Amino acid sequence: MLLEEKNSLSEEIEKYVNEYGNNRAALMPILQAVQRNHNYVSDFAQQEVARMLDIHPVEVYSVISFYSFLHSKPRGRNIVRLCRTIACDMVGKDAVEKAVTRELGIGFGETTKDGKITLEFTNCLGMCDQGPAMIVNERVFVKLDPEKAINILNEIK
Amino acid sequence: MEVMTEKKIERKGPVLFSPYKRGEGIKAALKLKRNDILFEVKEAGLKGRGGAGFPTSAKWMLTAAAKSDKKYIVCNADEGEPGTFKDRVLLLEYPELVFEGMVIAGYTVGSDQGIVYLRGEYEYMLSSLEDYLKEMKKDNLLGDKILGTDFNFNINIHLGSGAYVCGEETALIESLEGHRGEPRNRPPYPVNTGFMGCPTVVNNVETLSSVPHIITKSGEWFKKHGTDKSTGSKLFSVSGDCNKPGVYELPWGTTIKELLKLVEAKDTKAVQVGGASGVCVPVNQFDRKLGFEDLATGGSIMIFNKKRDMLKVLKNFMEFFVEESCGQCTPCRIGNVKLLEGTEMIEKGTHTFKYINTLKELGKTMQVASKCGLGQSSPNSFISILDNFKEEIFSSGRNGGDKK
Ligand SMILES: Cc1cc2nc3c(=O)[nH]c(=O)nc-3n(C[C@H](O)[C@H](O)[C@H](O)COP(=O)(O)O)c2cc1C
Ligand code: SF4
Repeated sequence: MLLEEKNSLSEEIEKYVNEYGNNRAALMPILQAVQRNHNYVSDFAQQEVARMLDIHPVEVYSVISFYSFLHSKPRGRNIVRLCRTIACDMVGKDAVEKAVTRELGIGFGETTKDGKITLEFTNCLGMCDQGPAMIVNERVFVKLDPEKAINILNEIK
Repeated sequence: MEVMTEKKIERKGPVLFSPYKRGEGIKAALKLKRNDILFEVKEAGLKGRGGAGFPTSAKWMLTAAAKSDKKYIVCNADEGEPGTFKDRVLLLEYPELVFEGMVIAGYTVGSDQGIVYLRGEYEYMLSSLEDYLKEMKKDNLLGDKILGTDFNFNINIHLGSGAYVCGEETALIESLEGHRGEPRNRPPYPVNTGFMGCPTVVNNVETLSSVPHIITKSGEWFKKHGTDKSTGSKLFSVSGDCNKPGVYELPWGTTIKELLKLVEAKDTKAVQVGGASGVCVPVNQFDRKLGFEDLATGGSIMIFNKKRDMLKVLKNFMEFFVEESCGQCTPCRIGNVKLLEGTEMIEKGTHTFKYINTLKELGKTMQVASKCGLGQSSPNSFISILDNFKEEIFSSGRNGGDKK
């Protein structure tokens, strides 16, 4: 990482710390903010958060590793999560799953070569009455079929 | 706000969805003495809607009695149980009920700070909820000196990050404090030692939403609905094989049969009550009643018709628990993996009955030996599906199967 990038990331994290507080309870909101902006929390970001909150970097890592929406490794610019719970499964999740893997040429848990999309499964999204459902970043899409899902993916930048 | 979802309240019952004017509940509550509110909530017989069914008045009394300068009201909006989505509907369409319930709880127990723990999957609601809080502040329903009294109360929203176990109240508190969401030993209970070690009320979204109605319409009115031990109404999140999935407000005591008729379900062979951690009810038990006396539930109802493969359903649930176990205690961490493996053996036909019976025993051990509700209830599906659908699962070749 370039020195300049490091400095700007430090500044960014400092801004979050000022906003959310420099205490342990602010850790999640700070990590969520970093994640939102960069799609993962790099080693350097983890060290900086730890330094500013005065906790051990391992503590930061252990929190990141616990939550399925936080990541310590680089990922796609957009995260697409398809619900795998039985209610969505019963109304056509498999067809959507097959269509998106075919179209993007990657499997679930993988990222497209251009770094645009990471595909993932997720547990119940609370949309069981309108499945199949998926979230793209934080937006939710319901009543999917293969065509609708592909159209949504094509609109992602 | 961009929400691509549809409005999905299929049935508005006479309790939670009865007419309500914004601010009404807070206004009425602030005119009452704290003990009168506690009395009213007790009179109503309100029990927790998050699944465990603990009497709300008792929880509030304990928190009110705890000595501390700082107390917290936490709204549990983690709604992670598979098949549950009624809190989503309340938050999106009735935020006044949820937030005013928190304010009233705060006034009653002597707290000035509320926190909503909103699951990460619901981030799309965040900005509209925050706007709503700002409006409440403008109308002096939140903030300092609420409606001209000496009572101050604020509400923050904290986002989760995708962990089902964080819906468990002590894991939720760990998460709020910036830790891994690993459940704590109880006691001490949050009412004494909660967020930041302070007395804390943790209530489900729906529980809190009932409170403004109880305050404005009385406990007596509330308990006219439902049954003796399950007063009021309940929101059910109905999904699966039926014509009209969605949220239904029904009185407690409704039978499965009545519910199935209402949602227009045909050829039903099984109803999963209470989500993945609930139980699977077969046809010959459809006269059973929803309520704390019999089928207690946080409201998840998943319907399966005759074409469905119950082993596939079970496998889906067990995969869920293997993924979501926090891994802190052995019965749950290892047990769920064993139950999933057993399910896969049946799928492949490599099981022995002896081993499956051993796994059922293991499930019973997990029910008593696990540290939190996740591991205590994850074997429910395994045991009830294998017991209630043994013919389908063990006798017909691999099994019935919904061949797509
Ligand atoms: C694994 C697990 C997940 C839970 N998830 C939720 C949840 O998403 N929402 C909820 O209100 N309660 C959930 N609970 C129950 C809470 O621990 C707690 O009992 C509840 O929030 C108390 O509120 P109530 O008394 O108003 O129901 C969960 C419990 C367990 C064991
Ligand atoms: S029962 Fe499961 S989820 Fe609960 S503490 Fe033990 S390992 Fe964690």
